Amino acid sequence: MKYSYYPGCSLHSAHKGYDMSCKAVSKNLGCELVDLEDWNCCGATIYMSIKKVTSLAIAARNLALAEKEGLDIVTPCSSCYTILNKAHKYLSNSPELLDSVNTCLAEAGLKYNCTVRVRHPIDVLVNDIGLEIISMYVKKPLDGLRVANYYGCQLVRPDKGFDDKENPTSMENLFQTIGAEEVYFPNKLRCCGGMLMTTFEDAALKLSEEILDCAVENKADCIVTTCPLCQMNLEAYQDKINKRFNKNYKMPILFFTQVLGIALGLSEDELGIDKNFYKCEKLDEIYKKKVVEEETV
Amino acid sequence: MRIEEIQIPGTLSTKEADLRTAFLNSVHLIPGGDKINGCIQCGTCTGSCPLSYLMDITPRELIALFRAGAIDSIIKSRTIWVCASCYSCQSRCPASIKVTDIIYSLKRMAMNRKVYPKKFPVHSLSDSFIKSMKSFGRLNEPRLMLYYFVKTGIWKSFSFIPLGLKMAGKGRLKFKASKIKDISSFKKIIKKAQEMDMPLEIAAQSYIKGAVGYKAVG
Repeated sequence: MKYSYYPGCSLHSAHKGYDMSCKAVSKNLGCELVDLEDWNCCGATIYMSIKKVTSLAIAARNLALAEKEGLDIVTPCSSCYTILNKAHKYLSNSPELLDSVNTCLAEAGLKYNCTVRVRHPIDVLVNDIGLEIISMYVKKPLDGLRVANYYGCQLVRPDKGFDDKENPTSMENLFQTIGAEEVYFPNKLRCCGGMLMTTFEDAALKLSEEILDCAVENKADCIVTTCPLCQMNLEAYQDKINKRFNKNYKMPILFFTQVLGIALGLSEDELGIDKNFYKCEKLDEIYKKKVVEEETV
Repeated sequence: MRIEEIQIPGTLSTKEADLRTAFLNSVHLIPGGDKINGCIQCGTCTGSCPLSYLMDITPRELIALFRAGAIDSIIKSRTIWVCASCYSCQSRCPASIKVTDIIYSLKRMAMNRKVYPKKFPVHSLSDSFIKSMKSFGRLNEPRLMLYYFVKTGIWKSFSFIPLGLKMAGKGRLKFKASKIKDISSFKKIIKKAQEMDMPLEIAAQSYIKGAVGYKAVG
């Protein structure tokens, strides 16, 4: 299996841990991620909401580059995933938009023919590699780790198609396979506030507080997420939330690839776990366990 | 009052008519955008919205107002700036209306006409974003925040200092912007695209002049 890997801007700075763990996990599972050569910013939600052709053209540049390689794009960031997916959908649906975007791309000698599929690592892990294969690679089952699976908004909405958009179960299935215990977490698709954390902090803090509260109430050891922006809002703003709502949360927020990596027996350094603000004690215990050698038949 | 401003009941003002054309043109570009005709005013969008309690016009009312021919008041509302693009409304709408994408269109229209909200500096964040992206082809988070604070008031940045230090301590702040190699052709793409991003009312689409409500939806 071979994919074109599009990390996105935030994975190269504030969320290095996600980038590292994604690469380490896929390498361990025998799935090849080839860095997309000279990728550019997808434009994110912000650009999408102000200029149409421009936002589509800059997203399409990445799609055109991946098309040249003949590979599908895998992107771990939920926002990039949405934008690239959306650009692909808009362009496949409207020949006039595709025409104008291709006129722009021609300036750089590129052309997009709408043949690239945009994928998310969770989709690739569960549907391409498969849970059976993953279970064969598990070295340290996550016995007794209580996880709150937090999907966030843009992983399954609006129409990503690989999982149910009201009650997705990809992460639950994955974590069950590697031995973790899921907690009741009805807020798994609730919005964390997204970029409102910068423009309208009061509203975003309230939304993030509801998510943390739900996880704490249900006695989760950690929240596991797939989105860099959710991770940022829930983790980095926990101090502000504690102050505002008079709480004392110390909830570790991990990326799903980091938790999976521990189960696969990878080292914490490879997974960038030390880059998180809060340490998950239970996961650390599991990490320090010795790997049980397979019995020889 | 000038003669042109006197309205015959049941007709749209020239301004509304312009806005309507721009809006319909913009919605026309969204795949499935014409589904807006099928709104049954059930309120699922408003009920699903995690932020509707902060809006002056709820998502359901927004569509009702569009039908009533009051796009001007939608564009001046705080609703379009409060939306966090979580897509809950869009994914639950029983009539498959692309509510979030429609809010994007309205945001675009407001920005084109320089209608900015005072309290939510979304446009400043966008400007900062574009500035950072245009010069490097990629986004640099510390620079984005810096531009943003310069635009909206540097005093705001003080409350971010503890967070910034914590991030830096974990090696999660990168001040050096990474730049794409082929930046010159990237800039050419943007330049060409911006020529095409003309305000949509210029490319006028036929609509029934003076019609309101369902008739004007097209």
